[in-house]
Amino acid sequence: MKAEMSERLFTSRMKLADIIAENHNIILLLPRFGIPLGFGDKSVREVCMANDVPVDFMLLICNVYTFDDYLPDMESLATTDMRPLLRYLEESHNYYTNERLPHIEVHLHHIADRIGQRYGEILKQFYADFRREITEHFRDEERYDFPKLRRLQEGERRAESGERRTENGERKTENGKLRTESGKNESHNGLVDKLNDLTQIVYKYLPGNVLPEETMEVVFDILQLSADIQKHALIEDKILTPYVDWLERRQK
Amino acid sequence: MKPLISVLIAEPSEIICEGLKALLQTSGKYNILAPLHDATSVTERLAAARPDLLIINPSLLTSPRQQLAAIVQTRPTMPVMALVYQYIESSTLALFQHSIDIRCTYSTLISQMQSAMESGERRTENEDRKAENYELSERETDVLVLVAKGLSSKEIADKLNISVHTVNSHRKNITHKTGIKSVAGLAVYAMIHNLM
Repeated sequence: MKAEMSERLFTSRMKLADIIAENHNIILLLPRFGIPLGFGDKSVREVCMANDVPVDFMLLICNVYTFDDYLPDMESLATTDMRPLLRYLEESHNYYTNERLPHIEVHLHHIADRIGQRYGEILKQFYADFRREITEHFRDEERYDFPKLRRLQEGERRAESGERRTENGERKTENGKLRTESGKNESHNGLVDKLNDLTQIVYKYLPGNVLPEETMEVVFDILQLSADIQKHALIEDKILTPYVDWLERRQK
Repeated sequence: MKPLISVLIAEPSEIICEGLKALLQTSGKYNILAPLHDATSVTERLAAARPDLLIINPSLLTSPRQQLAAIVQTRPTMPVMALVYQYIESSTLALFQHSIDIRCTYSTLISQMQSAMESGERRTENEDRKAENYELSERETDVLVLVAKGLSSKEIADKLNISVHTVNSHRKNITHKTGIKSVAGLAVYAMIHNLM
């Protein structure tokens, strides 16, 4: 890591409120860590201790979300307490599928119902296709990648407590491999492209006089989701995948 | 390897021209064109030689404002640097975004050249962002409709009797003009615009 970079990164002694002041998107991450609001002027370390979150993991995610050119190397991943990674990823998926996507759909349908049937149907169809695609993408990860991470982390825990590892090899093949990183990337990029296309369609090409305020709001909502999913994809591609590979090599 | 940056020097003194040329050549990044010793034919040379960077002694410019405007018009994205070693009217110097003081060190010279080039690159990007020709051409529209119908570049090339390379360059222009990347998004664009 370049020296200037490590000086810019957030540290555990900083106030959590200062970190959020620097990047307000981090406020959206707090529920994924199980950290409630109302943390006062406590440092990141204090807030994490109070909520039983490993501070190095929290900082890792906050730094990836904030500094576009920051990606941790394998060495720092190996020394970070990664136990909350799975919960974090699951919470992220929940937030997207159960909160953001339905919220955006409500507003898009509201707009679609007022811009004339032809345009309305096109818009609804595009969004329905997108929502199905991204939900399937998440489900695939939950079905293949997450159980693999859980199993490997279990193996780590047992190894540390001196238990014998059982059935490890057998289960590994049964649940399939993590898909290749490049294939995953493309799919993430494709999803992000579609979200951005959706914003272009909504504010450039649909009739503009219908519900302008709601239209602008939904464009902001979509752009926010798109930025969030880009970082989420980065975490899966550059943290989850190499971490799982590393665990796998260790347990062979 | 990056292509060499071609530099045109307009400077009356042959000694200074040759000195600057020798210094810049040691960096291995620059291709120094045959220098001009006066500014009478500078725009013609720019049009013909199309350099990436112009270093000019402001004392060569008899009416700086007009002459610089003509230079910028000829090569809009090319950075222009003033080569300064004698007294120059501050109003003239203010017309230049970049300058080289002849007393500077070699490393300052190189870093100033680089920052001038970077600002030129930014200007090129801004050029790209200008709203010119955002309407799709007839050919681009043909390609768009076929993309929207789900055909691959290869299939489109066969259908329109053009090369895959040409199809891809049309696709790139379509995305550039509409801001839409995905096939599904392009299909929506085509439907909204009654193209299919």
